[in-house]
Amino acid sequence: MVNPNVQGKKYPETAPYLVGREKVREFANAVFSTNPINHDLFAAQAAGYPDLVAPPTFAVLIQERSLHTVIADPEADIDFSRVVHGDQRFIHKRPIVAWDELTSVLEVDSVKSLGAHSMITFKTEIFDRNKNLVCTAISTLVVRGE
Amino acid sequence: MTHIDIAGLEVGQEIGSQSFHFTRDSLVRYAGASGDFNPIHYRDDFAKAVGLDGVLAHGMLTMGAAVQVAVNWVGDAGKVIDYGVRFTKPVFVDANTGADVLVIGKVGSIDLENNTVRIDLSASCAEVAVLGKAQAVIQL
Repeated sequence: MVNPNVQGKKYPETAPYLVGREKVREFANAVFSTNPINHDLFAAQAAGYPDLVAPPTFAVLIQERSLHTVIADPEADIDFSRVVHGDQRFIHKRPIVAWDELTSVLEVDSVKSLGAHSMITFKTEIFDRNKNLVCTAISTLVVRGE
Repeated sequence: MTHIDIAGLEVGQEIGSQSFHFTRDSLVRYAGASGDFNPIHYRDDFAKAVGLDGVLAHGMLTMGAAVQVAVNWVGDAGKVIDYGVRFTKPVFVDANTGADVLVIGKVGSIDLENNTVRIDLSASCAEVAVLGKAQAVIQL
């Protein structure tokens, strides 16, 4: 069972993640994107962006870094081998673009139990180098009971 | 601004559909791109040992592919301002035949004041829904 006392707990800011152009292309290919602004610098600039635009689910890479700090937290007591992804949402203030340098702060939004299972919802706020909010990622993990 | 005229849209209107063919190669490619190397996404023995019927696709791969229907419609991946899904059923990916995920996008609601439209995405594999409440808000 996930420790309900971690509800409201905030985890320290993660180290900066530099978004590379080739990583954007690699991720775009992996999610079957054919949108030129994910692949072609000139297309992205013609559409008004400073560099290649990352696909809408790219922020999962940054969220993962935050999640690792929680999974590694003995107080939270999460058995990762029993974790199933329940739901996921990304709310963007602006799209992530190549050469963004992103940090994130994760907060445990809620911990609920559902019979033998626990449901834990995280809110990860992702900031750029100027500390402006870029994206809020909300993720619920279901931890299956024994 | 985009090429889409919000006044010409109707709730329920289909905006596009696409069938995505997932193979084991797709899963390995997504694992590398995302950094999610959970072996349930590429090792049959491991998947069976944890009680699964077989190797399954990353939920985030299905989520990432499904939104492409909305992206292709608007023509600009940067216009997806809010996107959420529930993972309802796993997509099992056979080593030989893979799996096909059919995604259909429809206009869910229209917000004239903010010039946004919500696209509701249905995603199914072998006629079973694999995402629930998959909704993408697009800034027009």
